[in-house]
Amino acid sequence: MSDIEFHNVAKTTSLDEDEAVQVLVNGQEIAIYNLDGTYYATDDICTHAYASLADGYIEGTNIECPLHGGCFDIKTGKATTAPCTVDLKTYEVKIEGEDILVGIPSD
Amino acid sequence: MWSGKTFAIIGAGQSGGWTAKTLRDEGFEGRIILFGDEPYPPYERPPLSKEVLLGDQPVESTYLWPEDSYDEWNVEMRLDTRVASISPADHGLTLANGETVAYDKLMIATGGRARPLPVAGADLDGVHYLRAISDTVAIRAGIAAAISGGSKIFVVGGGWIGLEVAAAARKQGADVTLVEALDQLCGRALTPEFAARLLKIHLDHGVDIRLNTSIDHFEGDGALARAVLSDGETIDCATAVIGIGLIANTELAADAGLETDNGIVVDEFGRSSDPDIFAAGDVTNHPNELLGRRIRLESWENAQNQAIAAAKAMLDKGEAYSEVPWFWSDQYDVNIQLVGLPEDCDQTILRGDPDAPEFIEFYLKDGRIDGAAAMNNPRDLRFTKRLIQTQKVVDPAQLADPSVKLQTILKG
Repeated sequence: MSDIEFHNVAKTTSLDEDEAVQVLVNGQEIAIYNLDGTYYATDDICTHAYASLADGYIEGTNIECPLHGGCFDIKTGKATTAPCTVDLKTYEVKIEGEDILVGIPSD
Repeated sequence: MWSGKTFAIIGAGQSGGWTAKTLRDEGFEGRIILFGDEPYPPYERPPLSKEVLLGDQPVESTYLWPEDSYDEWNVEMRLDTRVASISPADHGLTLANGETVAYDKLMIATGGRARPLPVAGADLDGVHYLRAISDTVAIRAGIAAAISGGSKIFVVGGGWIGLEVAAAARKQGADVTLVEALDQLCGRALTPEFAARLLKIHLDHGVDIRLNTSIDHFEGDGALARAVLSDGETIDCATAVIGIGLIANTELAADAGLETDNGIVVDEFGRSSDPDIFAAGDVTNHPNELLGRRIRLESWENAQNQAIAAAKAMLDKGEAYSEVPWFWSDQYDVNIQLVGLPEDCDQTILRGDPDAPEFIEFYLKDGRIDGAAAMNNPRDLRFTKRLIQTQKVVDPAQLADPSVKLQTILKG
């Protein structure tokens, strides 16, 4: 049973709507997304090839990988279009004031 | 669904693999037979001149899916097997070994082969083309031998394949000489300005590039020993790589009486002139609604997505396939991406500092973006793809200003 540890990773003011940013938590790359003022977090590295999804293109609730154009649902992490077939991990996000906190299992 | 029916796929590359996977994903319960003339399961070719040639990734990393996936999906793999002919009237295939196989529907995903260089000595040992895993393995060995023996890698053609081979060889420490017959690199794809920046990157990495120079012939006693150039100069080398284009493998289709014209002629669903025969990937001449014309693409994305669309059409669930063409290349730490197939453009807009390592060029026609090429700027390129799709009239001054986000232009 692992606990969730919340890390302060970014400011809400630094992320426009339909934008994403890569943050590092204990060396692990995480992407934080702003979808119409609601924030989400997933693993940042595409499950198909090595690319940062935070550099990708957001459309609706999909993030499109900048390398090969595969998509994931930002809310669920589910791989939605080829060539991606392996889902992304998603993480809990909390907002405290202007701080974006992401919850990472601490095991 | 469709149980008792047999769908055959000729060609176990990117398109063939995605056809098989899509048929199962869409609920096809019949028999799927996948014929490939190479010994490998379906794989992606782009890494063959990039990560795999560099030795950063093993050959197996190119496989679309683990080899045991096909058993799991109940796809019959007939690798190392060449289909000799198609008889549309009988719905039958004849294999090179004489065996006949009946199909209800057929996918032709035969791709292309490297264009041969018609010069003397091109058949010597050590002269390679790069299309298949076996080519990459041989060229890798040639690069290793060149490094340990102090000899050169000789590259013919300053297009994507030639430049990626040069970068991979140079990055591993081999001396490289590259000849290009035209006066710039990537003459079909890049503007002279973009090509000049790419040339400088290769020169800075120590590649000996000769523009306006071609190969006259190769010499050697069984094995390659030297290349003789059009200007008479001789380059000693034991490994040469030729990258001068691709020829679509249309012969099976043409011999079967299907319509071909620079590729197998298909409609927007991937259907050929025979209603039970489909085709996808590099081998097709297909309509592109966004461009308003027929095209044949040599592209990873098209090989995947046209196959997915055509596989659905085989199940009568067709969706018209049309997307803005997109390509990429990796050389050293440089990522180049291109979108669109610009034709007759009247304006080029540069966004980014002309000396910075990242920039994008937009190609405009009548105030709309028709294509773009980017160096180390995949994000702007993706927004550009959408700007092309929307056919929006854009303000050139905004495009040229990196402080104006393309996202804003798209929404504005």
